Amino acid sequence: MSTDIVAAPKKESLFSKQNRRLLSDPLDDSNPITVQVLGICSALAITVQLQQAVIMSLSVLFVMIGGNVIVSLLRNLIPDRIRIIVQLVVVASLVIIVDQVLKAFQPDISEKLSVFVGLIITNCIIMGRLEAFALANKPGPSFLDAIGNAMGYAWILLAVSIVREVFGSGSISLPGMGQVKFLPTEWFMSEGGFYENNNLMILPPMALITVGVIIWIQRSRNQSLIEEN
Amino acid sequence: MAIDKNSTGYTFLFSIIMVVVVGTSLAYTSLSLKERQKANAADKKMMNILGAIGVDANRANASALFSDYVVERVAIDMNGQELLVTSSAVDPKDKEDPFGIDVKKDYRASVKSAVKAADGDETALLAALSNGNLRFPLFRCDKDGENLFVIPMVGSGLWGPIWGYVALEEDKTTIYGAKFDHKTETPGLGAEIREDFFTEKFKGKKLNADARALFTITKGGAPTDEYSVDGITGGTITSKGVDEMMNRTLKVYSRYFESETRAQR
Repeated sequence: MSTDIVAAPKKESLFSKQNRRLLSDPLDDSNPITVQVLGICSALAITVQLQQAVIMSLSVLFVMIGGNVIVSLLRNLIPDRIRIIVQLVVVASLVIIVDQVLKAFQPDISEKLSVFVGLIITNCIIMGRLEAFALANKPGPSFLDAIGNAMGYAWILLAVSIVREVFGSGSISLPGMGQVKFLPTEWFMSEGGFYENNNLMILPPMALITVGVIIWIQRSRNQSLIEEN
Repeated sequence: MAIDKNSTGYTFLFSIIMVVVVGTSLAYTSLSLKERQKANAADKKMMNILGAIGVDANRANASALFSDYVVERVAIDMNGQELLVTSSAVDPKDKEDPFGIDVKKDYRASVKSAVKAADGDETALLAALSNGNLRFPLFRCDKDGENLFVIPMVGSGLWGPIWGYVALEEDKTTIYGAKFDHKTETPGLGAEIREDFFTEKFKGKKLNADARALFTITKGGAPTDEYSVDGITGGTITSKGVDEMMNRTLKVYSRYFESETRAQR
């Protein structure tokens, strides 16, 4: 069960101090990627371009909210013995819906994300929150917890992908807008200029290094995260 | 609660209801989005065919460019006999339309196992597939007065399916362009078959009608001639897959081209 969250008392407003922490904690102190180091696989794989990161973040947000709220609503009905299977079924069906919708409305990005949409099912953040939070809490707090964690995942993805795309491809891309190259072409060495894109940036190792730098900055700002040994 | 949540009966009941609810909602989603997904897949196919003849298309203009460039769609059978020629507009609902032939599906359903069973024996493969009612699509394109033939093909890489479109020039032996793609090949190795540096090498190469293999993907930096290109280092099995796919498919079409030239004489 979750370490920092106790089941909310009966009459508590949705935006009480405790509930607000559900939203703010995952953004920093208990960030799923940088502190709990969950969901790293997809974070490294799909952050080459901002548009993929945006779509991935929205997909995770949808699955997270849907999964948390549904499991929380069913928490008194789910038989204990098959609770993991039930959680898996809920997450898997939400992911399939997301995948189908992407294929219909964002075919190009869906192609680029390829297997990683399907792999949202195995994203530890989602199963972790269902098991640790939604099963023991009401739908309201579960909803906030889902938004908090999905946002904690999303901002890292967006930050990493912005860094990687700007320095790796010299562009910024958003869904529906396509890729916008903001550097004048005559700056590039191939056109006789002085600038060259850093190809290392679009390779997976650079995602790890970028996440590492974010963790470094976060820990130097927030000393309580540093383990003693 | 009156019901025992942990009883076997309740667990079964819960599972059954869950499966019915989930199944229904997923079936509904799939059915309601199917049309759009099919249209997207058709656009993608047109983009690939146009890509093989060096025309850059996007989703918005794919079908317009397709009807501009592709003048004829032909369906042939395994023995190279012509089944159907059409130049009308693409009709996704028409089952006979060569554009609608799903080579990937055919490959999965029968060709893949036949290739495995034949194990390099061509006559066995031909015998196994001849009675399967397989249809092969061919797209005749007109690009700035040049007559080009685009041939779709499917094969197996290391992890999953690979596919491609090869465009031949009017002499039907010179490769005008090629485009390959894959589903799950290893990034940086086999996955490179979709990159331009690999497909560029095919341009201007020839098919060797006299040799056993029409075309070869060589391994380990072996010297290449006009009938072969260098494979991808570290992507040996994917390269072999491209080799197998090209030879198997192009042979069907060369039978068709032969019978066509005979007919013209």
